[in-house]
Amino acid sequence: MKGIVASFGAGGLFAIGLGVSGMTQPSKVLGFLDLFGAWDPGLAFVMVGAISVYFLAHRLIKRRSRPLFDSHFHLPTRKDLDLRLVTGSAIFGVGWALGGYCPGPGLVASVSGVAPALAFVISMAVGMKLEHLFSWRLMRPSEERGAAEGTAPSKSAAQV
Amino acid sequence: MQDFSPLAALIGGALIGVAASIFLLAHGRVCGISGLFGGLLRRTTDVPWVRAAFIGGLLAGGVALRLLAPSAFDASWNPSWMLAIPAGLLVGFGTQLGNGCTSGHGVCGLGRLSVRSLVATSVFMVSGFATVFAVRHLLGGSQ
Repeated sequence: MKGIVASFGAGGLFAIGLGVSGMTQPSKVLGFLDLFGAWDPGLAFVMVGAISVYFLAHRLIKRRSRPLFDSHFHLPTRKDLDLRLVTGSAIFGVGWALGGYCPGPGLVASVSGVAPALAFVISMAVGMKLEHLFSWRLMRPSEERGAAEGTAPSKSAAQV
Repeated sequence: MQDFSPLAALIGGALIGVAASIFLLAHGRVCGISGLFGGLLRRTTDVPWVRAAFIGGLLAGGVALRLLAPSAFDASWNPSWMLAIPAGLLVGFGTQLGNGCTSGHGVCGLGRLSVRSLVATSVFMVSGFATVFAVRHLLGGSQ
């Protein structure tokens, strides 16, 4: 139960951080992505703030033998670069730049009364489901290679 | 365009970093929104309640912002439905295929010095820059 509360709290704080930093405003995100217009460096400052904190905290937390509410850490270990990673990220970048929302800000804005944000989240869920159902036809998931090497194919590999 | 406030951006970013760190300390997992949310759309997934609680917290945070700081949503531009729907489809499909988004690859991955995440983040940034350039400066869109 404490673990669920921690997860809920982390989600709430994440949303507040997005709001404080201005990332719930698609115009700010597009201002950053518009290198050849009136460039707004805000998103870079958000990334620097977030990455600095996480870089330090991650090093401290990894010294523990286990997280608070799980028996072990579940951090990605893959180092190979594959077509799925590059193609998927390229497709994500196009969608991000069309709407000004990535998944976090889209979800946060979807409950704010901004109707297009809700439309974005619903179609994002459809896009995710389409990938789950059909992408293996287009590109062989590299988890299968992992399976061949003796590591279990993991649904949680989808988390980075 | 809104005023650029580097301090608010840094502080907000730091809060995002703290939130992702709490998630790591509590559950030992990457705090990637697309991965956590996408997992909930699968028939079977690990730690569904941890995922649901995080997404629930994110939505509750959105409601709190709406009530306490509504200016967080006063964007000078919001996408039209005609843009929001294809944008969502591409973001959903792309983040699942590429195993992550701005939070999982951008914040947690770069913070862990992951090479895969560095490549992913570089690719989606360049692809985002190119898309905005094409829409705003080549096609002359009002985006």
